[in-house]
Amino acid sequence: MQAFDFVSARSVDEVVAALAAGGERARPLSGGTDLLTQLKEGRRAYETVVDLKRIPELMEIRIGTDGLWLGASVPCHLINKNADIQKMYPALHDSTGLIGGTQIQGRASLGGNLCNASPAADGIPNLIVHSVTAHIAGPNGSRTLAVEDFCVAPGRNALQSGEVLVALQFPAPGKNFGAAYLRFIPRNEMDIAVVGAGASVVLSDDGQTIQSARISLGAVAPTPLFVKAAGEALAGQPVSEETLEKAAQIAQEAAKPISDMRGTIAQRKHLSGVLTKRALRIAIDRARGTSTVDSLGRLNGNG
Amino acid sequence: MAKKVMVQTVINNDDTTFVCETRQTLLEVLRDELGMTGTKEGCGNGNCGACNVMLDGVLVNSCLVLAVEAEGRTVTTIEGVAEAEGLHPIQQAFLEHAALQCGICTPGFIISSKALLEQNPNPSEHDVRLWLAGNLCRCTGYDKIVRAVLDVASAGQAKAGA
Repeated sequence: MQAFDFVSARSVDEVVAALAAGGERARPLSGGTDLLTQLKEGRRAYETVVDLKRIPELMEIRIGTDGLWLGASVPCHLINKNADIQKMYPALHDSTGLIGGTQIQGRASLGGNLCNASPAADGIPNLIVHSVTAHIAGPNGSRTLAVEDFCVAPGRNALQSGEVLVALQFPAPGKNFGAAYLRFIPRNEMDIAVVGAGASVVLSDDGQTIQSARISLGAVAPTPLFVKAAGEALAGQPVSEETLEKAAQIAQEAAKPISDMRGTIAQRKHLSGVLTKRALRIAIDRARGTSTVDSLGRLNGNG
Repeated sequence: MAKKVMVQTVINNDDTTFVCETRQTLLEVLRDELGMTGTKEGCGNGNCGACNVMLDGVLVNSCLVLAVEAEGRTVTTIEGVAEAEGLHPIQQAFLEHAALQCGICTPGFIISSKALLEQNPNPSEHDVRLWLAGNLCRCTGYDKIVRAVLDVASAGQAKAGA
């Protein structure tokens, strides 16, 4: 690893000052599970590394009437074991339980996962379906950005020089809300998604009609995809396999994957449809408080 | 660029101050500066778990922690696992079940298993396999490791019920 200056920042202002001074040669550090491997392999080199983990607002989980404030550097294990988050933001709970192994979850943060901007990031589709807003601080003050607009290319995010992601703001879920994140990997654990799919729904009080829905796909485009049209096609529709199939078709068409060592274009297109439908089924179950599908969203072991 | 810094930590209950380069990982400092070679380097990129330690009570890969991040933190390594009266029950169970062959992965497995049982004293086989998914062993095929951990858990349960 190349030598660098290490700044243990105690405030957001201190981070912004250090990043602004360092420009492209400075990088924030949260859990380090991406950054340190990149530095070790020489894929990135920085003159200044700014640790964010001693700044209270970046390490905070705060749930109030206005939703969830999730500090950008909070490690996955703290998110995953939070019972309120599991109930209110179930897709976030899903994601934080399957990023890396236990020891990666001890360090890795959602803010880091988002800023690393991997097309296959397991942490991003859940943020999109939970309608998350990114809170950003920078030399010119603070701004917010819808999370679906945060990643701009593989490994590149929308932060400008001197800016830092402070927190992820989740709106209060409201009633009859459910969400889920699923991924396909050829192993049982510890792998990078071939395809990932997130879904959220708001149902009518009788649980029979989908009032609104959001769908997001990972690993099928240069950035995690918000498949707005798939969610819109579900709005006002009855909960049925036919309705879900239609949304799955739209998601499948929206997927623009590449073939690589993890999967082919055809496989990823197919998986986009299958996982969208399964994530929707789980989200609907959760919104209704029922359990008609297994943990992978399968109906009685098929489909 | 002068990058040496002094770091104050508590390692295995001992106040420990060391000087390191900012680019050195906790793993490098443990092994190369402090001579604590029980913690092993496997992959060096967070995949294998051989370098696992506890940092402020949280299981982490020490190869993915900068040593300077340990300032003011507590660290537990494999050297801190054995008890005054002898081996920790998990260490004893690994011996009794022959849950190791070459042994390189073993310190990481023991640290991880200890972390699991502290959090969940009565895990299912699935819980054990899921928790240990980030610890790779190329010798044993995992079965003996899983059985050793389950054995410690059930012994703990028997003791708690006695």
